[in-house]
Amino acid sequence: MLEIHQLHKSYPIGDSSLHVLKGIDLTVEDGEMVAIMGSSGSGKSTLLNIIGMLDEADSGDYILDGLPIKNLTEKKAAVYRNKFLGFIFQSFNLINYKNALENVALPLYYQGMKRKERQELAMFHLGKVGLTNWAHHLPKELSGGQNQRVAIARALAANPKLLLADEPTGALDMATSYEIMEFIQQLNDEGKTILIVTHEEDIANMCKRIVRLRDGVIMEDKKVNQVRVSQNV
Amino acid sequence: MFDLDLWREIFQSINKNRTRSLLSGFTVAFAILLFAILFGIANGLQNTFKEAFGTDANNSIVIFPGRTTKAYKGLQVGRQIQFKNDDRAYILDEFGDKVQYITSKVNKSVSASFKGEKNNYEVRGVYPEYMFIENNIIKDGRYINQNDLNNKTKVVVIGRVVEDYLFFKENAIGKYINLSGIQYKVVGVFTDDEGDREESVIYMPITTTQFVYGNNDFVDLIHLTYNPEMNSDQALNFGTSLTKRLKERFSVASSDQRAIRVQNMAQGTKAVGQMTTGLTFIILIIGFGTLIAGVVGVSNIMIFIVKERTKEIGIRKALGASPKSIVSIILMESILITAIAGYVGLLAGVGVLKLVGPSLKEYFIKDPSVSSGLVIGATITLVLAGAIAGYLPAKKASQIKPIVALRND
Repeated sequence: MLEIHQLHKSYPIGDSSLHVLKGIDLTVEDGEMVAIMGSSGSGKSTLLNIIGMLDEADSGDYILDGLPIKNLTEKKAAVYRNKFLGFIFQSFNLINYKNALENVALPLYYQGMKRKERQELAMFHLGKVGLTNWAHHLPKELSGGQNQRVAIARALAANPKLLLADEPTGALDMATSYEIMEFIQQLNDEGKTILIVTHEEDIANMCKRIVRLRDGVIMEDKKVNQVRVSQNV
Repeated sequence: MFDLDLWREIFQSINKNRTRSLLSGFTVAFAILLFAILFGIANGLQNTFKEAFGTDANNSIVIFPGRTTKAYKGLQVGRQIQFKNDDRAYILDEFGDKVQYITSKVNKSVSASFKGEKNNYEVRGVYPEYMFIENNIIKDGRYINQNDLNNKTKVVVIGRVVEDYLFFKENAIGKYINLSGIQYKVVGVFTDDEGDREESVIYMPITTTQFVYGNNDFVDLIHLTYNPEMNSDQALNFGTSLTKRLKERFSVASSDQRAIRVQNMAQGTKAVGQMTTGLTFIILIIGFGTLIAGVVGVSNIMIFIVKERTKEIGIRKALGASPKSIVSIILMESILITAIAGYVGLLAGVGVLKLVGPSLKEYFIKDPSVSSGLVIGATITLVLAGAIAGYLPAKKASQIKPIVALRND
């Protein structure tokens, strides 16, 4: 699904530059659920951004589902993001003046799908996250957990190959976090490949594999026994 | 080009941010309002000038004979120049293509009476073309025609004031009027919007006047209009060469200012034309300045909008929005706001002109209005202005990097 070789990335800070990623090698197979851990500044978010084509590496190879991702034009990157990737953010990043249904339908709009079709599909995904009755509410009328579920429905709407989650539970309380994680585990059970950036051990343990970053290199990469949320709660 | 979904997005965005859209629209609406009012006032001033020059054809040239003030070619000073019928023919021969209408004129003063009513009036012996030179309007009957001219018929066309006074609102057509002892048949009544003085005149075929008063072919003055296709410079040149040729014809020194005088309206027309052009130019500059201020205002607010929507644009990009779709959404929003606001401003401007227009007459502003051509032009300008105002912000928006936009705050 995903292959990364010798990935380097640095950011200019004034005259000098900050070397954030110092040669990352990572391979993720279909159907995996990987937690990327590390303290702040370890480069975990940068790595996720590069995988999400929101940022570009300085050097190294990145192959997504057999496609080399390099020197993309903005337009091409937009198409790839739309087709291959679903994003879940810590702060949900819903568009505040659009209701839940419209938010979920947005990636489908950029796919060029007809209005009626995309509303049906968006409704279906909202149903999957259990928010059918909240379809016409604005984000501010929903709780944090509900908002994150809308965001997950949006990430799923375009049927992406890879789901990228950046601290998906960072803004949620414990109970809601577990609820969301349970849902993400279900998605993984259905075969979705999922990458989660987190700094919380318990969240990481709910994945099948943990990759630990420190100072821009991978310190540890191990498979773990997944903690099922349903048993835990 | 027409994409219903895009428009839906734009309307949603405008609708959800009404205050913001209203604010940006306000500048443009105000700019256009001012522009429309200024333009209307300029038009009103022009109308006043036009009216001040009356409805006499403003391309007319009048030639008066006088006495010579200089001895020339052995002829004495103080010789009276006398125009005759063939001078009209001479001008037509020499300058035929530059002349629109031409008439010779004989002026007499008469005492007119009808059934005991009596008054003194001016009689003008003229050619039928004179009607077009004076811009007279026939109220009843007809004007003098070629037949009258050929047969020296004793017919007259009287002004409205003459009819009112002598005929007591009785229909004058077909009645006989006594002018200094001779009976003439009234064949027409005319009006002239230059006022009572011009309507207290009696017209007669020039041949009749010449026959009755002295049986000669003397002419008091020649009145003509030049070809309206000539511009004012050409008309001035025509006037100069006409003067020169007539002076040669009557053996008058070219420096003699009194013997033959040529009054050319083109001089006034040119001055007024220059003044109106100047005025229009100033108004256009002011109007454009206001419009530019409006555009800058919208541009400013659009930049602010882009800044405010950075996160939203980042989200859209992360979800697969192409730079083009970001540009079009911002650009279209800008165009839409500018066009609608501008149109509202324009309508308001036209409304204000309609409302206060009539009361401005005493300030030399008559019928201030905006032409439909200007409205169309302004609409196109507005769409362009909106595009210009939105372009930079839109470009900026399309360059937003999603990671920057989505960085957790």
